[in-house]
Formats: sequence, C-alpha cells, structure tokens
Amino acid sequence: MNAYCDGKMTGGVPLVDVILDVRHLNLRFAGLVAVSDLSFALHAGELLGIIGPNGAGKTSVLNCINGFYRPQAGRIRFLDRDITRLPPHTRAALGIARTFQNIALYPHMTVLQNILSGRLVHMRSSLLACGVYWGFGQREVLRHRERVEEIVDFLEIEAHRDARVGELPYGIQKKVELGRALAMEPRLLLLDEPMAGMTVDEKLDMARYILELREVQGLPMILIEHDMGVVMDLCDRVLVMDYGRKIAEGLPEEIQNHPDVIRAYLGEEHGLAEEVAGR
Amino acid sequence: MSRPIVLERAAPSLEAREAYLRELDTFPKRLLHNAERFGDRVAFREKEFGIWQEITWRQYLEHVRACAGGLLALGMRRGDVVALVGDNRPELYYLAMAAQALGGVSCGMYQDTLAEQLAELVDFADARFVFCEDQEQVDKVLAMEGRLPKVERVVVDDWRGMWRYHHPKLVRFSELQALGRELLARDPDRFLQEVAQGRGDDVAIFCLTSGTTSLPKLAMLSHRNLLAQGENFLAVEPHVSPQDEFVSFLPFAWIGEQMISYTLHQLVGFVVNFPEEPETAQRDLREIGPHFMFAPARIYEGLHSAATVRVLDAGPVRRRVYEAAMKVAGRVVDAQAAGNPVPWWLRALWWLGYWTVYRPLLDKMGLVRMRVAWNGGASLGPDYFRFFRGLGLNLKQIYGQTEIAGISCVHRDGQVRFWTMGAPIANTEIRVTEDGQIISRSPSVFLGYYKNPEATRRALRDGWLYSGDTGVLDPSGDIILFDRSDDIIALQDGTRVPPRVIEDMLKFTPYVQHAMVLGEGKPYLAAILNIDFQNVGKWAEDRGIAYTSYMDLSQKPQVLDLLQQLVRETNARLQPTWRVRAFISLYKEFHPDDDELTRTRKLRRRHILDRYRDLVEAMYAGADRFQATVSVRYEDGRVATLHPLLEIRRLEGDA
Repeated sequence: MNAYCDGKMTGGVPLVDVILDVRHLNLRFAGLVAVSDLSFALHAGELLGIIGPNGAGKTSVLNCINGFYRPQAGRIRFLDRDITRLPPHTRAALGIARTFQNIALYPHMTVLQNILSGRLVHMRSSLLACGVYWGFGQREVLRHRERVEEIVDFLEIEAHRDARVGELPYGIQKKVELGRALAMEPRLLLLDEPMAGMTVDEKLDMARYILELREVQGLPMILIEHDMGVVMDLCDRVLVMDYGRKIAEGLPEEIQNHPDVIRAYLGEEHGLAEEVAGR
Repeated sequence: MSRPIVLERAAPSLEAREAYLRELDTFPKRLLHNAERFGDRVAFREKEFGIWQEITWRQYLEHVRACAGGLLALGMRRGDVVALVGDNRPELYYLAMAAQALGGVSCGMYQDTLAEQLAELVDFADARFVFCEDQEQVDKVLAMEGRLPKVERVVVDDWRGMWRYHHPKLVRFSELQALGRELLARDPDRFLQEVAQGRGDDVAIFCLTSGTTSLPKLAMLSHRNLLAQGENFLAVEPHVSPQDEFVSFLPFAWIGEQMISYTLHQLVGFVVNFPEEPETAQRDLREIGPHFMFAPARIYEGLHSAATVRVLDAGPVRRRVYEAAMKVAGRVVDAQAAGNPVPWWLRALWWLGYWTVYRPLLDKMGLVRMRVAWNGGASLGPDYFRFFRGLGLNLKQIYGQTEIAGISCVHRDGQVRFWTMGAPIANTEIRVTEDGQIISRSPSVFLGYYKNPEATRRALRDGWLYSGDTGVLDPSGDIILFDRSDDIIALQDGTRVPPRVIEDMLKFTPYVQHAMVLGEGKPYLAAILNIDFQNVGKWAEDRGIAYTSYMDLSQKPQVLDLLQQLVRETNARLQPTWRVRAFISLYKEFHPDDDELTRTRKLRRRHILDRYRDLVEAMYAGADRFQATVSVRYEDGRVATLHPLLEIRRLEGDA
C-alpha cells in the first residue's frame, strides 16, 4: 500500500469549498491581449480542464496563477487569500505546484535528486544543522527521502531511481516532472499538457495517476490538454478559451455539444464534435 | 529385449533422518519447526520504498496463520484449490503455505498469462480462491468472471487504482488477515489442528507443465514428492547453507522456483530476496549478490548477450584484452571438461585474467559471490557453458521434468561435461528404453495430471515416469539428451537431426534472439531467425542504418548480411548434413501470447510450423522472396493488415 491510499499526503483538508477564485483576469503583452476578462473558480477536489486552440491563452492563465506573469487587472484568491501580488516562490510555499509543457527538470541530476528538489519548500534545517548532519539534519533527510520514495512507488519509476534525467526517455521524464510537483505536497496542481508526445500506454499511465490523485487524495487540479478524449474522460468540468476569452464552461457533455465551442474551437462546424466523437 | 542400463545411487540418508522426515512430512509442519528453530532470523527480504525490508521466520509463520484463519473464515475446506497470480512477493508464499496448512492445494499461474488462458486454467483447476497481486490480475479475473463460476473469492494484495471496485468477491489481503486473526483469537488451536491433519501424501501443489506440444497440463505433486526432491538434491549438491542469499525473480508457477524458494527454503533456511519490481531485478540481484541461482537457459543467454554487447561497445584495447582473456578461459575449460590437466602457465594466465577481466565481469552481472549456478528447463548450448565456466562461475546443467518435481539429474562438481545433463540425484533411477526414451523413478514422481487420466497413463507406467525425451547414457553415468523425441527432425534421406543443438549455436551471438531449425521430410535444413531488437538495433545505429520498427529492421539487407555471416560461421562448425541451407529473418519476435513460445520461453515447434506453413513451403520451393500477410493489433485496439516482403537467403552446401 502506498501513502496515497491512506490520505497521508493530502496536506490538510481545505476549509473552504472554493480553492481558487479567479476574477476578471486581464493579461497583455504590449498590444497583444493574452487573457481577457477571465473569471472562473476551482472547487475542492475538482479536476478542471482548460481547452482551446493554440495561442488561446491557456498556459498564460497557469502562469498568472503560479506567479510567472503579473496580470494587469483582476484578482486571484487561493484558499481565501489574495495572492495576486505574491511572488512565485511564496505561492509555491502556499501549495501551488505545476508541471511544464516543455520539461523543466535538471537533466544532469538523478531522478531522486530531481524529485527531492521539490521538497526544498519544506526543508527547515539551517546550514549549520545540515553541515553537522547527525541529529536534526539526518532526521530531516530521512523524512524527505521517505516522501520521495512514496512518490517513486506511486509513479512506478523504481527502475530509474538513480538514472540521470537527461538520459531517460521522454515519457519517464514527464513522470519525474509530475513527481517533483507532488513532492511539494501541493494543495493545487497545475498540469500543462502532461500527456503531450506520449505513447498510448504512457498516456494511460498518466491518466491513472491523475485519477488516483483526484479520487484518493482529493487533490484539486487544473489540466491543460489537447487530447480531447483525455479531457472529456477525466475532467469534472471543462473551460474553453479562444483569443484569451472564456467562450464556454460546463460539464464535458455540455461542452461537446456547445455550438459556440464547435464554431470557435477549430474555426469550422463540427470540428470539435468530430474530434470528440472520433476518440 | 536387451537389459536396460540401471543406475542406482545409494541415498546418504540414515534411519534417524528418515524418521525425522516422516514426522515433518508437510510444508506447514516444516514452517512451524523452522519458526521455532530460526526464530528471529531473516526468512524473506523484500525491497520496498528503496529499502530491503526484512521478514523473520516467526513473522512468516504469523502471516501464514493469519492467512489460513482468513481462508477458513471465508469457507475454505480441505482439498480446495487456491490459484495464485502475480510477481513473487512474500504474500504469495504466505497464501500458498496457508492453503497447504488447511489441507488445500496451491496452484501458481504465470503472471503474464492472457485473461482467456488464465480463466481456462483457473476453471480447470477448480480453484475456489484466487490470489491476485494487483489490479492488472484482478481485471483479468473479473473480465472472465462469467467463465469462472467456481471462483468464490478473489484476494487482492495491492489495492492501488481500485478505489471504485466494489465487487462482492473481492477481498483485500489485509482484510483476509484481519478475519483470520479474529477467527484464531476465538479458536487459537485451530491452526495447529488443521496442520496436524496434513499428511505427506496430500497433494500440495498443482504445477503447470510447460508442454511444448499441447495445452498445459496440471501435474499433482504431494508434500512428500517435493520434500523428497529437496532432500535428494541436497544430498548430492551440498552447496547451500543457511547463511546464503537467494534472489527470487523467476515465476512462482515454474517448478524450478518452487523447488528453491519454497522447498529448499524450508529445508535449509537461507534468505529469499524479492526484487522491488521485475524491471529492477537485475540491479537488485547485484545488490544482493546471491550465493546460488537456478534459472532457465534464457537468463544465461540474456546475461551473455548483454555482456557481449557491452564488449563490442568498448574501445579496441579493452576489446583485445577481453578477447585474449576469453581465449585463455576457453582453453582452461576445454582441458578441464576433457579431464586433462591444466598446465601451470595456463593456470597463471587464467589467474591474471580472473582479476582483470572475469571477476569484474561477474561483478557487473551480480554473480561474483555465486558458488553454483544451475541451468534448468531447456539445456544451455555448450558455447554458453564455456563462456560462464571460463569466467570461473560454477555453472551446471540440471535435467528433470515438472512431473518428477523438477530435478532428476545434475552435474557433479569436477565432472561438468557440458554435453551431458549430469548424473541422477540421490534415490533416483534413470533408464533409457529400447526406443531411446529417457525414463526415471524416484520418490518424487508425481501423482498424475489433474483430471487427465489419459495423459497420466501415458506418462506413468509401473511407477516409471516417461519423459518423452530421447537420449543415451554416457559410460560415465551421465545422461546425454538429444532432444524431445517429437522434435527430432528426420530429413528426406533419413538423417536424424536434433534441432536444438544447431539452434543453440545460432543463438550464441547477441544478435539472434530465437532460432528455429526445421526440415522434417525435406532434403535440407532451413531456419527461421528472430533478431534481437535491442542489440541489432544498436548495431544498426552504430553503422548509420536508419530503421523504424522491428519489422523494418529485421528485413534490412545489411541485417540479413549479418545473419548470413552468422549462419555461415555456424555451418562451418557442423557436419554437412546438419548445415542450414536457407533462412529467413522473421518480421516479428516469437511470443507466448501468440502461442509460439511456452511461458518459460521454449519453442512450440508444431504451432510455429503450422502458423508459418506458407513461409516454410516458399523456402523449400526455392523462392527468394515471400510476401507475408500479417494482421497487427495496435495499442489502441485498431487492427491493420500488413504485407511485409521477406527475403529468403540461401547458403551453399559446402560452407
């Protein structure tokens, strides 16, 4: 049994139903509007999918949530706290973790070291305690290492523990990236195309992990993904963006038949419906 | 009728030992004894969360008690069958032992069996309980539920991913144990009472036989069969001590694994180590550094091919050193095998090679502490023997069948003639019938096939086990195996050829994964080859040959040239009638899921001949091309039909 099944890693039950509240978000780069007047809420234990054509502003939304970008207008509340002006590392410490569309790991470090780097936000020992090592430093190392091993078990990457990340296949690297995000013990997980470029088997694995995180751990997640089958199967709710605006939001079934979505998504009639039906 | 040669070996057993054995005549009794005798010594070690977790003998017994109580609580009766599916884990052993403690039968299934076959076997075995390691196995059982009316409960070890499974037949392993502890708290003597009822002649296991010719059969083996097997083996192979380490990474369903990690474990009391995952087995093996190993030929072939590829990858200087060292090793082994003395200068060179080449190589393979390595299942080609023994590994051949609880012959130390299968173990007789069939008799000869009296009648006659293998007795007393009687090829002119000899030679390169030689009733021999995707892939990359898939790579002209060279080299070592005159490189690897191999990776010749009949006919019709039709099932369920064009390569008879 791994720790995910007995809820050890939930990192505390949120007191509020709305985990993340985004209001009237506006983001511009010079004259280019990336996100325009976007509002949505993410509830406890919910898996929200964001879909839309390339350049619709999906990744920009995630970047606003974790603090990479500063929106020109709008507010973001996380666990009843206004985080709009907070720097990224503070938000990470609050429990917002993410994975990246293009893998952003340390290629020359091992899998263990990469995942351990996700534990940095939880490391408490002083330089002196770490230098002496015995006593407090050692206890802390063991504690973190234990968490990392739980994640290694969860993601089934035992065979790659000591391999350098840069030498691993792409699908494994994606797993390691998810592992590092989980090592932060997040209260909100942002997944930016976690399945892009994966084989069918790897996608199935990743879908299993995401479902397990939601079902067993109740971890709220926002998922950006191009594979319609994945989004419609996994997500509780789907938000559709086009040119930085929200054009629809609702249950997967509603989205599949939404006329605006079908029209706007691929710029032609029936495009989405066909893609969804053809999965 | 000429008198068959009889070889009898006196058992080293004393009367006291016999009496002692009679008393501890079942595995659960042995376990009770061992828990007392070994107490807090380590019985199992399992790697979990990156750490080797230890389980003592006392804990082993406690787990078994809890499982047995749980099975009782779920309604298990004496004689019931418990099927076990999963990778080797302590839990599998607890349940097998618990079933036997209640007078039941444990039946291991290969974990990679497809759902349909699994259902067929479980149903045929009349199993009332099935143990599944994880979701993968549970899904197979539940998908086939309609065909498994006799299965009442499915015990699941790892519940991971099954948060929405509410099937009434499913029981968690932890629940089972909790039920058992509850029952035994009310009735503490129940476990001992049940164990005391057990008799040595009770059936302990159903063991799947690796039938290469037909569907698998279930051999019934009693506690006495298995324990006697262990005792008689130890009597001639005193290599195993209680301080030893063993790594259990082969399927529990295989008699060889049962033999070591179940039977010998109870008899001797060494530590059985379980790897973390099948993918980490090689690493974990090296971490543990086991003292002995019993594995089928494919494991040694795999180790050899991995080593060879690494050497081919090394720089020219290292490669020279390696080649020179292997030449020395080969000469030493040949001299030893022929019984000739090894000259002092050769011994000195070998010693030099040991510290510079052989030992580091063994260390990489995790075999550096190994006192003895047994090869079982199919025989291993002489070239492999030369290789491993040259490195200083005490590799020996074992011969036997599932029906005789695994082992009837083994090489003796100092008498390893690798063209033989060794001499009979204690209390075991081996004869060769007039028509050349090897038959054997010992206390380990099985009780019969479950629900298959006809097959039982064929295999068991007057207490003798008819193996279906053809062989002769060497004057030294060793048995020499030709091949399965059914497999021997009779060419058109009547020449009889054991195909495996040639196949072993063809496979002795890292580039050939499987080879099948054929030619029954034909004027000459032909071969179907499977390239080794990884190694040939690497070979192609090094030469800048681009390829996409196995199918593509297998038909590259350069690859075919490589294979042709290999076949030519092999032919040069064979007498003219045994030479392979035509071969093709198959577009896919032989696979057990396609019934081309058994689960222990032996060729199912008849099935292969049937499946590729057109191809074989084309080879003998003198064609140089063959258009195959292959239906491929993709991961997402789509089915497509492909028409790869295979080139048939031919070799002249004189080379």
